[in-house]
Amino acid sequence: MIQVDVRRKMGDFTLQAAFNSPPGGITALFGRSGAGKTALINLLAGLDRPDEGRIVVDGVVLFDSDAGIDLPPEQRRLGYVFQEGRLFPHMSVRRNLAYGMKGKDGAADFDRIVALLDIGALLDRTPRALSGGEKQRVAIGRALLASPRLVLMDEPLAALDMGLKAEILPYIERLRDELAIPIVYVSHAMEEIVRLADTLVIMSDGKVAAVGPVDELMSRLDLRPLTGRYEAGAVLTVTVEGHDLNRAVTSLSFAGMTMLVPHADIPVGEELRIRVRARDVSLALTAPTDISILNIFPGRVMEISDRKDGQMDVIVDVGAKIWARVTRLAVTRLALVPGMEIHALVKAVAIDRQSFGRRIKPR
Amino acid sequence: MDWLTPLEIEALGLSLRVAVVGVLCSLPFGLAAAWLLARRDFPGKSLVDGIIHLPLVVPPVVVGYLLLVALGRRGPIGGWLYDSFGVTIAFTWKGAAIAAAVMAFPLMVRAMRLSLESVDRRLEAAARTLGAGRARVFATITLPLMAPGILAGVVLAFARALGEFGATITFVSNIPGETRTLPIALYALTQTPDGEAAAARLAVISVMLALAAIIASEWIARRMARRLEGGT
Repeated sequence: MIQVDVRRKMGDFTLQAAFNSPPGGITALFGRSGAGKTALINLLAGLDRPDEGRIVVDGVVLFDSDAGIDLPPEQRRLGYVFQEGRLFPHMSVRRNLAYGMKGKDGAADFDRIVALLDIGALLDRTPRALSGGEKQRVAIGRALLASPRLVLMDEPLAALDMGLKAEILPYIERLRDELAIPIVYVSHAMEEIVRLADTLVIMSDGKVAAVGPVDELMSRLDLRPLTGRYEAGAVLTVTVEGHDLNRAVTSLSFAGMTMLVPHADIPVGEELRIRVRARDVSLALTAPTDISILNIFPGRVMEISDRKDGQMDVIVDVGAKIWARVTRLAVTRLALVPGMEIHALVKAVAIDRQSFGRRIKPR
Repeated sequence: MDWLTPLEIEALGLSLRVAVVGVLCSLPFGLAAAWLLARRDFPGKSLVDGIIHLPLVVPPVVVGYLLLVALGRRGPIGGWLYDSFGVTIAFTWKGAAIAAAVMAFPLMVRAMRLSLESVDRRLEAAARTLGAGRARVFATITLPLMAPGILAGVVLAFARALGEFGATITFVSNIPGETRTLPIALYALTQTPDGEAAAARLAVISVMLALAAIIASEWIARRMARRLEGGT
């Protein structure tokens, strides 16, 4: 549980951020560069000091200007994974990892974390001899071994190329799922957030614009200008219902509906998040027959909004919110207005591997 | 050491003792001064900076004279030391060490300050998030990362201390076996009839000593660099 309410003036820029995030899981801080994400987690870590406010993590007051509390960073027990790793160049990987360890009972943790991050072969090397991805894994391990209450990650993948990002992401998922350690994850890459995060904090211009579950915020049209660069679409939380191996499809259920997607090797019963891109969704006034599209969801138009480029975003409530991107011509032809009944059509193959996000272990 | 005369052995030993003691004793102060100048802002900082650098620009004789005034047996500090502890500084090898340390101090501080300024403070911040307090961060991160600069400062100061002449002869004079270091012995010989041959020998010894110090420091610096940059 993180409760933040801080104010910090830095020259012309004022950071004024307040949010609460539920315990556990990954809380993503999202915003464009300059939105104040890094400034905010530096305040959390104690590397910078708010002008006023209060920071509480797991019931421990880290900062409270009214009560005169300001714990130094070394007493906050917040692990920090920096964008550039910041490994100590004069120490081996092993000594880097052990730097924040306390006491003898760290040894078991050491082996477990080294195994979890696959860095056993690197222990005797120096940071200079590591690749970018290896450095970040060691940096994550070092932060974890200081037994933090919370891990802060400041765009840990930003300095890596696409291939390396894909290499690190599974490790961060493992931390979340196997160690159950709460993480605050700063990113401006929405695809990472959809894959990792539970709670989303959208920042803009030093302020918190919205806080909530990822799928909920992703389907809000008013946040479109802020979530912008990411290809628009709805994020749905679904449960794997079954597999039809002969016909190579997997069925997913959400909000009483069933969606068919190309076969995916995920156990039945598992919950996961999928992304349905707005431009992959078509609209029809009546349910079409004799059509190859497998997913036809009846629903109601909730909202229509004009985009700058003349295309229209239509949000359809089919039990969950689905987002369709169509031309103005299409909206005119179908005479779409909020409240009317409609069918949202989604090609099964539009849901590909990149569309699968955060997996949630069945409870 | 048959190939050195007793006079040479005495002067060499005294020079080494004066330089080593002078440099080692001023090392903690040098570090503190470098840290103050590199990391702190306080009123009068440029004045402190100026005072530390003074021995570089003032004639050494002036420094020696000021030391004599302050640390002589009738001086404010020297008198107090003598009355309270019976310690005499002026005209002893301790005084020579102090003169050498004062003259070498600015060189030592400059090198250390430069290396401290180049230490990546983000690494120190990272260490603090890992639970290390300020003292541990300084000992385990800052100090090792500035080690090459400390070495450079020590070597420069040592070389300067070995060659110290003006302040030394003014403060502690030329006393055989007590304050007659290599440069002073060399100077005294050039003032003596028939002293040229002995003076030449001392000059050669001085050059060899300086060379040995440079080679040793290069060797240590290479090892340090290898360790810092992460070779074997």
